[in-house]
Amino acid sequence: MNNLAANWLLGRLTLGDFKHDLIQMGGVLAMVFGVLAVIAGMTYFKKWRWLWDNWLTSLDPKKIGIMYIAVAFVMLLRGIGDATLLRTQQALSSGTNHGILPSDQFQQIFSAHGTIMIFFVAMGLMFGLINLVVPLMIGARDVAFPFLNSVSFWLFAAGMVLVNLSLIVGQFAATGWLAYPPLSELAYSPGVGVDYWIWALQIAGIGSLLSGVNFFVTIIKMRAPGMNLMRMPIFIWSVLGSMSLVMFAFPILTATLTMLALDRTLGMHFFTSVGGGDPMMYINLIWAWGHPEVYILVLPAFGIYSEVVATYSRKRLFGYTSMVWALASIVALSFLVWLHHFFTMGAGANVNAFFGIMTAVIAIPTGVKVFNWLFTMFRGRITFATPMLWFLGFIVTFTIGGAAGVLMSIPAIDFQVHNSLFLVAHFHTMIVGGVVFGYFAGFTYWFPKIFGFRLNERLGTYAFRCWLIGFTLAFTPLYILGLMGATRRLDHYDASLGWQGLFVVAGIGVLIILMGIGFQILQMGYSIWKRHETIDTTGDPWDGRTLEWSVPSPAPSYNFAVIPEVTDRDAWWAIKQAKPIAPPTYEDIELPKNTPFGMYIAAGAFAVGFGFVWHIWWLAAAGLLGALTMIIIRSTDDDTEVTITAEQVAADQAAYAKRRQT
Amino acid sequence: MRAKNKRLLTGLVAVGIVALAVVLLRGHTFAVLAPRGTIAAQQRGLMIAASVLMLVVVIPVFALTFGIAWRYRASNEKAKYTPEWDHNIVAETIWWAIPMVLITFLSIITWQSSHRLDPFRPIASTVKPLKIQVVALQWKWLFLYPDQGIASVNYVQFPKDRPVDFEITSDAPMNSFWIPQLGGQIYAMSGMSTHLNLMASQTGMYQGSSANLSGDGFSGMKFKAEATTNDNFANWVSGVKQGTTQLSNFEYDKLARPSKDVQPMYYASKDSDIYDRVLAKYMDPSDLKMEMQHE
Repeated sequence: MNNLAANWLLGRLTLGDFKHDLIQMGGVLAMVFGVLAVIAGMTYFKKWRWLWDNWLTSLDPKKIGIMYIAVAFVMLLRGIGDATLLRTQQALSSGTNHGILPSDQFQQIFSAHGTIMIFFVAMGLMFGLINLVVPLMIGARDVAFPFLNSVSFWLFAAGMVLVNLSLIVGQFAATGWLAYPPLSELAYSPGVGVDYWIWALQIAGIGSLLSGVNFFVTIIKMRAPGMNLMRMPIFIWSVLGSMSLVMFAFPILTATLTMLALDRTLGMHFFTSVGGGDPMMYINLIWAWGHPEVYILVLPAFGIYSEVVATYSRKRLFGYTSMVWALASIVALSFLVWLHHFFTMGAGANVNAFFGIMTAVIAIPTGVKVFNWLFTMFRGRITFATPMLWFLGFIVTFTIGGAAGVLMSIPAIDFQVHNSLFLVAHFHTMIVGGVVFGYFAGFTYWFPKIFGFRLNERLGTYAFRCWLIGFTLAFTPLYILGLMGATRRLDHYDASLGWQGLFVVAGIGVLIILMGIGFQILQMGYSIWKRHETIDTTGDPWDGRTLEWSVPSPAPSYNFAVIPEVTDRDAWWAIKQAKPIAPPTYEDIELPKNTPFGMYIAAGAFAVGFGFVWHIWWLAAAGLLGALTMIIIRSTDDDTEVTITAEQVAADQAAYAKRRQT
Repeated sequence: MRAKNKRLLTGLVAVGIVALAVVLLRGHTFAVLAPRGTIAAQQRGLMIAASVLMLVVVIPVFALTFGIAWRYRASNEKAKYTPEWDHNIVAETIWWAIPMVLITFLSIITWQSSHRLDPFRPIASTVKPLKIQVVALQWKWLFLYPDQGIASVNYVQFPKDRPVDFEITSDAPMNSFWIPQLGGQIYAMSGMSTHLNLMASQTGMYQGSSANLSGDGFSGMKFKAEATTNDNFANWVSGVKQGTTQLSNFEYDKLARPSKDVQPMYYASKDSDIYDRVLAKYMDPSDLKMEMQHE
């Protein structure tokens, strides 16, 4: 009877699920102490009220953007920590030495590394930057659905907490970051690991889907007068492309995860190897989401490079129309290539050849973009600020990675490198060199607009150098190892193969990347400390071309005192060239009120996830009911807006004008 | 002076890296680039051809990037500056066209090679192919020789210059069957029979492994593939036949239980329906009994 009650109350959660060995304990302690330190600090400096009023409940996309980026950066530390453990294991575990991690733990760590880096670092940085910049760039005061935006962020945060909780309570999936069945089915993975994976992604994924809708509508409906489609900055085009991919791809993820969850919780047979299930269907579905996901991440990075190159070359972007068509064709093609992730499944030669050719075709618009960037620099006046350095680093890594990608698009070649470290090197080249470098460039570029001062250039350069060198050292050996026949995800290998030296070099590379991250932290701290030296009084520190540079730094909560008229692609550049206009008349501005309901809804979703992971059904039901209740309460609230009076706006603008003169 | 020092340092670092690479790589096999079979040799040929084609783009891009970045640096006042120049139909047509031409070539290569090197396609030869059935288990490879009536674990032997038709399935999570020096891989999936046709051109001992994560013992899921002469193969078969262990269906069920880092094993005889039984186990949706055994 006692047992039954415990079962009802706690599902399959027992004290044993809190047990850890030494290395896990290290991670747990680091995490717990980190959280405790933050809580203690907040309490000591009496900052809770401030945090709640200004941040947690805020619907200002700039604040939400900063929170996304903060979470993503903390997750980057976790992800790179995982990477360090993985490479340490592989550098040691040769011959009679079995390294520091047992197989099961090693597999959990690489699964967590992939999941966290894609969903909580890359996606977080992307949505963060989009939140910061999109409304400013299109001349809007807010996003289309400000409250939904907050829900999205908090769902993302809830998923993040769930992933990290798996380190403290229970375990994480040991199935790789895409959890292929039948390995991820109950028969082979009976523990809670895969369930953590499912529910963390499910919750964060729904947040991403909502964000996709939100920003798609924002761009379509909320552009400033005069900004027709072909006057949108390329970054906006790239976000529009990316968000339309989100809207088509993420429902596939949601459905696939739901089916896997049904298999695991209710004993169904969508993807099991017995009972009529079809694991191959899962692999098709997950990549029908997964391949567009790559473009979801990289398109905004392309957009950032386009803005950065034009600004630091002091020249209009070259081949705008080509760029738009290249983007559009990448969006369309990205849904026609998913099968290249599993040529080795044994589809016929015709099918493989078709998907191989479609994959190679994507190289055409991508190549066009590269040439357009180069010709933007051509006959320009280039300054090598850190965003520009990230861009140049990107061109080098991305071209190499792209060439490797085209090689692998040929099925007969893919058979020889599929699932080898060559593949691992390839996609890291694309995602680190393409996506992450781009987001770092964008972060540095837009930082003064959000915070009102510039980041330190020298430390930024050091960070860039460490990243580039570390990256080269970490991944060049993997290309070579792949050609030597080393498959991915090995926690041990024979000494006679001669792989160890290369793994050691790759490990050193990771350490140098860690140094790069160290410099970034230092850069942040130093820049805050010395912020008075780099304060941006003009609102336009780089002599920019697009609308975000027309407003003060940091941008006011309402972004634009007066909604600008757009007459040119480089809207702000055109305004700057024109004669000064008559003093503006201000009007009252309505902005959404702060609300904690986004957080409450996400808390409900978290309870649903946690309940399903541990089979605590009352908690799942309560979470669902709670979330629905919160949605209803919020929907019936009519008092959601606050007015900023014209006088207030005028006063802000006068203060800003004064600051500009001094 | 400072610039000179910098150049010296860069040179030294470059030499150091090359030296390190030589030390690290000397004497070890680049399995994918050191083919010992017809399929792997063709795949390497393809890889080289495609790489050369890629260099046609990569080299100009690198040259242009650094050339332009240097020439149009802000401090170079002599360089031309045309801030409003933002399109040129000829230039843009060229860089849509060049990649298109390259990709067209590549597409032809892709189409032809996908058919020529389709893993399911039997290798043309005057010699009758040797059939070997492969079952991926947790975590070892079982090889069944239907015509010879023997079986082995984590070791497979076949004569060189004779096509081998591997017929592959799995009684475990999905794996991928890969012998890099003989040719590219194919998945091993339960309830499915995939084929990989390979032919060794030289005698030798080659590494084989699983390229797809299959659970706890995945890293130890490797095997030796030995290509020998016809005579040696015949000798080996008769040697194995003289052993005493038999792979009955009962023995098979014992073998199929999870085990890690398994040493090679040999079976003098085997029940003839093992492969079909493994396949059928996952093919009948109504047969849920098998699933109960798993769970």
